[in-house]
Amino acid sequence: MTSWLIGLRDWVDARLPIMRAWNTHMGQYYAPKNFNFWYFFGVLSLLVLVNQLLTGIWLTMSYTPTAEGAFASVEYIMRDVDYGWIIRYMHSTGASAFFTVVYLHMFRGLLYGSYKKPRELVWLFGMLIYLCLMAEGFMGYVLPWGQMSYWGAQVIVSLFGAIPVIGGDIVQWVRGDFLISGITLNRFFALHVVAIPLILVMLVVMHLLALHEVGSNNPDGIEIKKKKGSDGKPLDGIPFHPYYTVHDLVGIAVFLFVFCFILFFMPEMGGYFLEHANFEEANNLKTPAHIAPVWYYTPFYAMLRATTLEWFGLSSKFWGFVVMAAAIAIMFVLPWLDRSKVKSWRYKGMGTQVAIYSFAISFLILGYLGSIPAGGHFLDHIFHYNPENQWTNEYLSNQYVTQKLTVVYFLFFILMPIYTTVEKTKPEPDRVTMK
Amino acid sequence: MTNDGINHARRRFLTVATTGVGVAGAGFVATPFVGSWNPSAKAKAAGAPVKINISKLESGQMVTEEWQGKPVYVIRRTPDMIASLAKMTDRLKDPSSLKSEQPAYCKNEHRSIKSEILVLVGLCTHLGCAPKKRFDVAPEDLGKDWVGGFFCPCHGSKFDLAGRVLQNVPAPSNLTVPPYRFDSDSIIVIGEDQKGAV
Repeated sequence: MTSWLIGLRDWVDARLPIMRAWNTHMGQYYAPKNFNFWYFFGVLSLLVLVNQLLTGIWLTMSYTPTAEGAFASVEYIMRDVDYGWIIRYMHSTGASAFFTVVYLHMFRGLLYGSYKKPRELVWLFGMLIYLCLMAEGFMGYVLPWGQMSYWGAQVIVSLFGAIPVIGGDIVQWVRGDFLISGITLNRFFALHVVAIPLILVMLVVMHLLALHEVGSNNPDGIEIKKKKGSDGKPLDGIPFHPYYTVHDLVGIAVFLFVFCFILFFMPEMGGYFLEHANFEEANNLKTPAHIAPVWYYTPFYAMLRATTLEWFGLSSKFWGFVVMAAAIAIMFVLPWLDRSKVKSWRYKGMGTQVAIYSFAISFLILGYLGSIPAGGHFLDHIFHYNPENQWTNEYLSNQYVTQKLTVVYFLFFILMPIYTTVEKTKPEPDRVTMK
Repeated sequence: MTNDGINHARRRFLTVATTGVGVAGAGFVATPFVGSWNPSAKAKAAGAPVKINISKLESGQMVTEEWQGKPVYVIRRTPDMIASLAKMTDRLKDPSSLKSEQPAYCKNEHRSIKSEILVLVGLCTHLGCAPKKRFDVAPEDLGKDWVGGFFCPCHGSKFDLAGRVLQNVPAPSNLTVPPYRFDSDSIIVIGEDQKGAV
């Protein structure tokens, strides 16, 4: 039996390089031995991607992509399809899980300089994946055809209308109608389940091929390929299989505990994963009282609506669109903004450390501000609204705080060439450390 | 012509010409794919004019009707409401509707054919939410200055009782007035221009 299998393997291998592929990416892929907690999020992203693809395919089997049928078909999945509820919740919780692990994965890259030479392409493919995910999340959220699906789509598609001259025509072309309608829903369905997943999977393959060509970075940000043993293998590297496959299985188990807890006990996450307004069917004549995107877009949404610039006679609506687009676009050029001699923040100076902390904190607060109504005062939200005793300090109003934090967000990138050049770095170790 | 008998200039010309034709061809192939995203004949047909009977619309009341899938607000303004318009001028971004969208026959202070009847597309010019009618005077949440108008719940834009946008709100221009005409005193046709008046 065994020899028959080996014979089959060798027969295929003579025609398709399966052994070489296995060795390149698994058996003889040498990864640094000092990976820490942060290095689980790459493999977790892959796990969630598989979850989304699998549950997504199953959802399409019972979903109806029409304005008349969409909302009812989601309720049909939830109530009448055997196990439909769990497949749908796996998909909706999976979307939030996807963004959670991807944000942590990106932040890991930021901490340890994984975007720096020679890994610029790995970062760029990763950013394209992030863009595709945002498009997937947005269009997927429209499909249940609830009130938030409808009006969220209305607001986001209207953003293109801010482009001078051609904006109005673009909006109509994207919608395929004079407003968001079943036509829009149907094309978003096609893009969400066919076009973008195809691109996404191809980008993930490119991301991994580019990574395995140059090798993984590590928390010390030094190249393990520089110190090789007499056998030509990196001294600080261990084969991905079996060492990291087994290691990652433990991380996956822990992740699944958390994921399943949310899936079974709080799939709506208090309105952050599935917003309450979306339990009402889309109504094109009535906007819900408070429109907010799902949590993973809120930092950018906060920037968009707090923009009051009216430069060059163009509207603040247009500049809000520009600010939001720039906030995402500027991440693409990160590899060329960081001029430091060292990769990891462990050996960078005070400047980088202060910058990374300010960036992370402002991103989180922006996320919160984007989830609450635009006007008024966020302290009223935290300490419950009391009309008798409202906060009035304008320097603490939502709009003012959002604007200042937006500036912090951009300064992190814009000043990076300066603080990474002038700060005093610490010497990197010769070999990786295991702290 | 080089010594090896290969005409490099001709090869380069053929490469460039072939590439050029190929790119143009790709452009032609893209046409149906891009074009199919335009509103279909069915979508355009659904955008046909609609008739609204306003005989039962009381003074100070509003009805919401659907035209091209958009909410259209029809309001029968009271004399007080019409009188409030003149007082708003200093607080408006575009009091004379110069930068706003409306048929020429509605480009006046009350932004309507008849001063009493106001017809608006109920979509905020900021990002397209449906503004809420707030005809109450000086409510707690909108302040003592409020003389009635529309308030957009999404990003806080405010409009007066002619759909004109107030200052210091995100919306860039006044609410759009759709083309409409009076079929009779009680029937309005939304989506058709008034005859003889442009």
